[in-house]
Amino acid sequence: MSARAPGVVTAVYAAAVVLAAAGLGWTGWNGVAEPLVALAFGLLIAVGELARWGALPGEREPAPLGAAGALAYALLAENAGQATAHGVPQIVAVVTAGALAGAVPHVAQGRGPAPDHVARRVITVTFAAVCFRPLHGPGAPEELATGPGHVLVMLLVLVLTALCDAVLAALMVRARTRYPFGPLLREELRSLPGIGSAVCATGAVMALGTAVAGLWALPVFCLPLLLTQLSFRRFAAVRTTYRQTIASLARATEIAGYTPHGHARRVAALSAAVGRELGLSGPDLIVLEYAALMHDIGQLSLVDPVPDGATALLPVPEQRRIALLGGAVVRQTGVPQAVAVVVERQADPYREQPLPARIVRTVNAYDDLTGESAGSALAALEQLRLGTAHDYQPEVVESLARVLSRGGLGPAQPG
Amino acid sequence: MRRIPGAARGYILCAVVGAGSCALPAVRPGADTPWTTVALLAGLYALCEAPGRCPFLGRMLGGSVPVGAGSFFPVLLAAALLLPPAGAALAAVPGALLARVEQRPGGVRRVWRAARLSLAAGAASGAAALCGGPAALAAPALPYALVPACAAALTFCLVVAALDGGILATAERVPVRAAWRGLLPGSLGPHLVHGLAGLMTAVLWRSPYGPPAALFVLLPMYISCWVFAQYHREQGAHRSTIRALVQAVDIKDRYTRGHSERVGRASVLIARELGMDEDRLEVLRFAGILHDVGKLGVPTRVLRKDGPLTQEERRVIELHPEYGHEIVRGIGFLGEARAAILHHHERLDGSGYPYGLAGRQIPEVARVVAVADAFDAMTSTRSYSRARPVPTAVEELKRCAGTQFDPRMVRALVRALDRHGWETAVTADEPAVPPRPLLGRAALPAQPKGAPAAGSHGGRGGAARHRRGG
Repeated sequence: MSARAPGVVTAVYAAAVVLAAAGLGWTGWNGVAEPLVALAFGLLIAVGELARWGALPGEREPAPLGAAGALAYALLAENAGQATAHGVPQIVAVVTAGALAGAVPHVAQGRGPAPDHVARRVITVTFAAVCFRPLHGPGAPEELATGPGHVLVMLLVLVLTALCDAVLAALMVRARTRYPFGPLLREELRSLPGIGSAVCATGAVMALGTAVAGLWALPVFCLPLLLTQLSFRRFAAVRTTYRQTIASLARATEIAGYTPHGHARRVAALSAAVGRELGLSGPDLIVLEYAALMHDIGQLSLVDPVPDGATALLPVPEQRRIALLGGAVVRQTGVPQAVAVVVERQADPYREQPLPARIVRTVNAYDDLTGESAGSALAALEQLRLGTAHDYQPEVVESLARVLSRGGLGPAQPG
Repeated sequence: MRRIPGAARGYILCAVVGAGSCALPAVRPGADTPWTTVALLAGLYALCEAPGRCPFLGRMLGGSVPVGAGSFFPVLLAAALLLPPAGAALAAVPGALLARVEQRPGGVRRVWRAARLSLAAGAASGAAALCGGPAALAAPALPYALVPACAAALTFCLVVAALDGGILATAERVPVRAAWRGLLPGSLGPHLVHGLAGLMTAVLWRSPYGPPAALFVLLPMYISCWVFAQYHREQGAHRSTIRALVQAVDIKDRYTRGHSERVGRASVLIARELGMDEDRLEVLRFAGILHDVGKLGVPTRVLRKDGPLTQEERRVIELHPEYGHEIVRGIGFLGEARAAILHHHERLDGSGYPYGLAGRQIPEVARVVAVADAFDAMTSTRSYSRARPVPTAVEELKRCAGTQFDPRMVRALVRALDRHGWETAVTADEPAVPPRPLLGRAALPAQPKGAPAAGSHGGRGGAARHRRGG
């Protein structure tokens, strides 16, 4: 399993390099058809790549304009009413050249050229071009080459391309992190209606607009996409600060001496890993993470701290009381109600809990048991297994054991 | 439910009559109205506004209201370019009537919104026609077509702003001079972008590819609006999380309730007087609000103790700036505010804590918060002292300027107090900077809760005494 993992990434890179080399070679040999159009789109893609500048880490599509320009060139059937003559190899060549040219300033600044994104772009654009070109060439049926039928074909090709890109992205993340493939793919698909569909729609709009109004359409028609990108960046930025604030709120219990240092952070990280292992994704993971961060917040209402903050070692009614106090605080923080529910129910028997609460309860107990005053990871897991009749869900405990055995997140570091 | 003033009723009636006469030519016998296009665009606009109304669809789109109601303008601007004025005015009506209203009375608000949007769309269509819009679209002559598109967007924006100012003056009783202030500059940019999107929609609508192609343009715009709405929701959530941090302090230290908010406000007053820019004002507001967050780390018994503190207890309390810094250390956007939280108990002569910094070694923001903190501590009732009147507190600050406080900050506070006065009731809910509308302005702006204008202008320089909870 693990021996094959980097192989996927290498295979994707190799495929992209082969495609790019073939496209560039073929175009160099046969010459460029309609050089002005090719130059305009190449420029657009290069400029779009420059937009990577302010990209936040982990942004889904850091250069949407580049992606849309590449798609538009692949889908371009006409230029101001005249049929275009560029073929698949030229499309690949222009996209590669544009992406490489746009990467030069980034490399000059000493940052990598984001090979993952470039490789994915080359492969997906080749896919789109191969799907689309035969449908509008000389042998294509008339009703598909013009009018609303053409739009329908475009839509179909775009949907297929988006699916192809999602599969590719999920494969690469899986190769790197060894999370299960299913939830990763689901997460990629779920994010498609966001920036992904805006990119596809803009690609189609640019292709159609250029077909109707000539190359002037390019600068005008890229505007909505830039606006979309801006909105997404602002959203991502506020989400980041929000998460930081919640983490700080969680740390307040540590400062106040109610819980050991780093406890909330460890429980959140481990809960997220277990949640992924159990197939959670997207908003569910966010709820889980927030709840795990804030699960001990109820202790702020206690006048005297629990020894080591280890709630798992307290009598059950006391645990529930603290959980309810925590839920009351969490309800004031503006996070989704689901988070408050998880915090409130964290001390219930697992059969009455929602899944995130089961995970938080198990991981919290694990961290309490491996704390300074208690035993090792194995002993802690053993104790959790003994509690699976009533307190901890067996599947969650086993997922936790798998996550720990992979060593992705080592056992809790005391102190 | 508030009663609608008579002036507002009359104003809305005038708008409705105006909109009606604008749409009338479409239904005259012999009028060559393209009814199919009108119906399609009207349906499209209503569809775009629908998710805000229909809870099921709204939930499918991530549980949030996709766009602000009555504000998805690219369709209307496309209609202004594609249709004659009467047709454009008609196309705006169904969507405006169907869209969600946030406040009661719903019926009047819907009617007002429909009249306002159809007047704006009709005027925009007229402006586009004057600039040769139909001819530019037919070709399509692209660089030139930008002229009618921008003309339409500008006209739309102007008409909406003019009508909004009127309703503010009549229904919300905003003074006439202030009613129109700030309506236009904020909405010009978004309207121009919507205008360009409208142009693209119109170009593709007229092209051989037909209306389905035009939908491709609206998708990114729609997603953009949706993300923007989510951004605002998330920002609101973030604000309430900050508030929760402050409330957590209040739970432990009941005597200081409201203190954090007031220190934030006084810090902003001082900073504005010193001519700091808006970003720094915002940072200082947070610095003031969160300056005592470290008290979360101080045992509750010590915080709530009545009477003099022992040496040991005093030492524990003096740890709170460091605790506070430790808590907010990871919040990136707080920036300089973190330094203010750590150093707000330093004194100018170097005898403060935690580090005993002196003079310019103390960060500027910390010197601001120190003055604001001391001022509010003196003018409010604490467990160990009663509130003093504002002039006495100012005298005390002046006496300590140079040894404990930066004289520059004290002078700024005095000037600000002379200019704005000092009131005691401060809510955490007011946003420092009103969110800039990317989508334009919703009909009938929301009435702020609680006492409006009158309260905020009163108490100039007066001895505002605030006794908390009897």
